[in-house]
Amino acid sequence: MANMNIIGAVNSALDLALGADEDVFVFGEDVGKFGGVFRATDGLQDKYGEGRVFDTPLSEAGIIGTAIGMAIYGLKPVPEIQFSDFIFPAFDQIVNEMAKFRYRSGGQYTCPITIRTPYGGGIRGGHYHSQSPEAYFAHTAGLKVVIPSDPYTTKGLLLASIDDPDPVIFLEPKRVYRASKGEVPEGHYTLPLGKCTIDREGTDVTIVAYGALLHEARKAADLLAENDVSAEIVDVRTLVPLDEETILESVRKTGRVVICHEAARTCGFGGELAAVISEKALLHLEAPILRVTGYDTPFPYTLEQQYLPDAFKIFEACETTVDF
Amino acid sequence: MSHPNPTYPAQDVCPPEDLPTEDLIRVLDPQGNLVGEPLLDDEAILELHRVMVRQRLIDDRMLTLQRQGRIGFYGACVGQEAAVFGSASALEPTDWIVPALREAGALLYRGFTLREYFNQLLGNNADITKGRQMPCHPPGHDYHYVTMSSVIANQIPQACGLALAGKLKQDGRVTMCFMGDGATSEGDFHTGLNVATVQKLPVVWICQNNQWSISTPVGRQSAARSMAAKAKGYGIPGLRVDGNDLLAVHKIASEAAARARAGEGPTLIECLTWRLGAHTTSDDPTRYRDEDVTKRWWELDPLGRTRRYLIAKGLWSDEQEQAQQDELDAEIRAVWTEVEEIPAPPLKAIFEDVYAEMTPQQTEQWESLERNMKWSDAKGLVRKQH
Repeated sequence: MANMNIIGAVNSALDLALGADEDVFVFGEDVGKFGGVFRATDGLQDKYGEGRVFDTPLSEAGIIGTAIGMAIYGLKPVPEIQFSDFIFPAFDQIVNEMAKFRYRSGGQYTCPITIRTPYGGGIRGGHYHSQSPEAYFAHTAGLKVVIPSDPYTTKGLLLASIDDPDPVIFLEPKRVYRASKGEVPEGHYTLPLGKCTIDREGTDVTIVAYGALLHEARKAADLLAENDVSAEIVDVRTLVPLDEETILESVRKTGRVVICHEAARTCGFGGELAAVISEKALLHLEAPILRVTGYDTPFPYTLEQQYLPDAFKIFEACETTVDF
Repeated sequence: MSHPNPTYPAQDVCPPEDLPTEDLIRVLDPQGNLVGEPLLDDEAILELHRVMVRQRLIDDRMLTLQRQGRIGFYGACVGQEAAVFGSASALEPTDWIVPALREAGALLYRGFTLREYFNQLLGNNADITKGRQMPCHPPGHDYHYVTMSSVIANQIPQACGLALAGKLKQDGRVTMCFMGDGATSEGDFHTGLNVATVQKLPVVWICQNNQWSISTPVGRQSAARSMAAKAKGYGIPGLRVDGNDLLAVHKIASEAAARARAGEGPTLIECLTWRLGAHTTSDDPTRYRDEDVTKRWWELDPLGRTRRYLIAKGLWSDEQEQAQQDELDAEIRAVWTEVEEIPAPPLKAIFEDVYAEMTPQQTEQWESLERNMKWSDAKGLVRKQH
C-alpha cells in the first residue's frame, strides 16, 4: 500500500495501464512534456516516450475524433480533456460517434476509450472551470459514466474503465484532487463498474452522493450523528450503468433519501435517481425524496462556496426529511 | 446579386463551359482523348469502367425501388463515380477508407457483396448493422472501410486517429478520407486537416466538390477560390482534379497515397464534379437549381468519357457495353429478389450492441417492450409499420 492523493492515483493507474498494454495511449492538451495542468500525467512521457504519451493540438473535437479513429483501429486511447467545461467542442464526436460506433456498425467497430476529465467546482475557477456535465453523458446510450471520490476508487475505477470494452466518461473530482488522500494498493486492481457501494451504514436516512460531494456527505453524516440521526451514505461511483439495487435496498431500509450532486438541479442526475426510487420503492418511502444540488444558474465565481452543495445543506435536507 | 467567390462569378456554381483551364488536372479530356499520361493500364481501365457502370446501374435500380416504396431512402453517387473509384482504386486493399455519403461503391469495389449491400439498404435481419442505420450507411470492417456518419465532417478527425494508429504501429497503411464541399465549412474539417498536418499523418483527403450541399451552391459555401486552395493554410499540397476524369483522379490519388506512405504527410485533393442527381431521395433539386446546367454537366458524365476512350482505342464497343450492362443489371435484380423478403431483425436488436453487454436498465426496457407487443397484439391494436 502507498499513501497518495487522487492525482497520484490517476498517475499510478495510467502508469500501470501503459506498462501493461502497448495499445494504451495517453494524450491531450499539455499532458506530455508538462505532465498535465494538474500533473496527473507527470513523468509518463519520460517513461513511455512521445509515441505513447503525447501533446495534441488545441482541439477537443480533434482529441476525441483522433481517439475514435485509434479505437476503431483496435487501440485503447485514454485521452484527457483538460477541464470538463472544455469538452463541449467534442460533444458531437462523443455523442454521435463514440457512443454509437458499436451500435451502428453492428458490433464491427468499438470504442474502448476512457476520456479522463476533471470536473466540479470549489477551485475558484468560475463557470468555465467548475461545471459538472455528467447528466449530458448519462443521457447518451452507449457511454458509461464513472465518478470516483478518493484515491482508492480513482485508481481502481480508472483501471477498470481502461479495461472496459465500452467508452467511459471518467469524471475526476478536481476539488479533492490533492485534498483526498488515502492508502492505495501499488499494483494493478480494479473496482467493478456498475456497482454502488455503501460508504457508511446508517438507519434513518440515505444520502446518495458521488465525487467530491461524498466528502460533504460524510461531514453531514457526522453532524447528523451528533444529533442522533443515523445516516447511510451510498457512493454511486458509476452513474451508467447504474446499480439501482444497492440504492433501493438502502432506501427500503431507511425510508428517507437525500440525493446530492453539484450539477444544476433541472434534469440533473438526481432527477433520474428520484424517478428510479419512486418507481421501485415508493411504498417504502416515509418522506418526499429531497435533492441537494447546484442551482439552476451558471456556476458563479465569488460566491461559489455559497452556491456549492455542502455538508450544511445536506445536513439541513436530512433533518427536513427526518422531521417530515 | 454579387457574391464573394471569384471562382463562380455568374451563378454560385461552375457550369461545364466555365470549368477552369488552369489548375484543373486532367488525363482525359471530356471527349475521351488523352491529354496526360495515365497510370492505369488498359485492363485496369476496363475493369474500373465496369465497376463504375455497375455502380450506376445499382444506383438507378435503387432509386427506382425507393420511388416504389421498397426501400426507405437512397443517396446515389451518379456523376461522381470517377471520383469515388478513381481514388479508391489508388489504395492498397488494407488501406483505410473513411467515407462520406456517396462512397459505398468503394466498399463494393473491395469485395462487399451486393447481397450484403442490399441487406443494409433494407435494414433486414441479415443486415450487418441489424437494421440500425439508414440505407447507404454500411460498415465494412473486413474491408477496412469505416462507416459514414450523417453528421457532416465528423469522420475527418477520426481519419487522423486511424492514420495515427497506423503510424504508431508502423503498419505502412494509408487512410483515405472522403468529404463533400460542404464539409469544408465545418470545424472538424479544420481540426482534422490541422491534426493530420501537425502529426504528418499518412492521410489522403478527398473532397468531392459536387458543388451542392443539398440546396446550397458551392459559391455560397465558401469564399475560397477552390477547395484545394484551403490546403495552403495547413501547409500541405492541395490539388484540383477534374472529378469526372477517372484517370486523373486515380493518378493524383495514387501520387498522394505514395506521398503518405513515404511519410511525407497528407494531401488534399479536390475532385471538381457535379451532383447529377438529387442530394438524396428526400430532395427535389428543381426547387433550387437550374437543371439546364445539370443537363450540360451530363455531357461530362464520367462513364461516357471512359467509354469513349476505350472505344476509340479499340478496346471496347457499344455492343460490349450493352451486353455488360445487361449482365450486371440481371445480377442486381436477381440478388435483390433473393433478399427482399428477408424479415426485420428481432426486437432485441434495438438493445444489443449499445454496450458489449446489455445493462440491467436495457434488459428491463426490452422486457417491457416485449410485454407491450404481446399486450397490444392481444388487444388487436395494430402498430404502424413504416
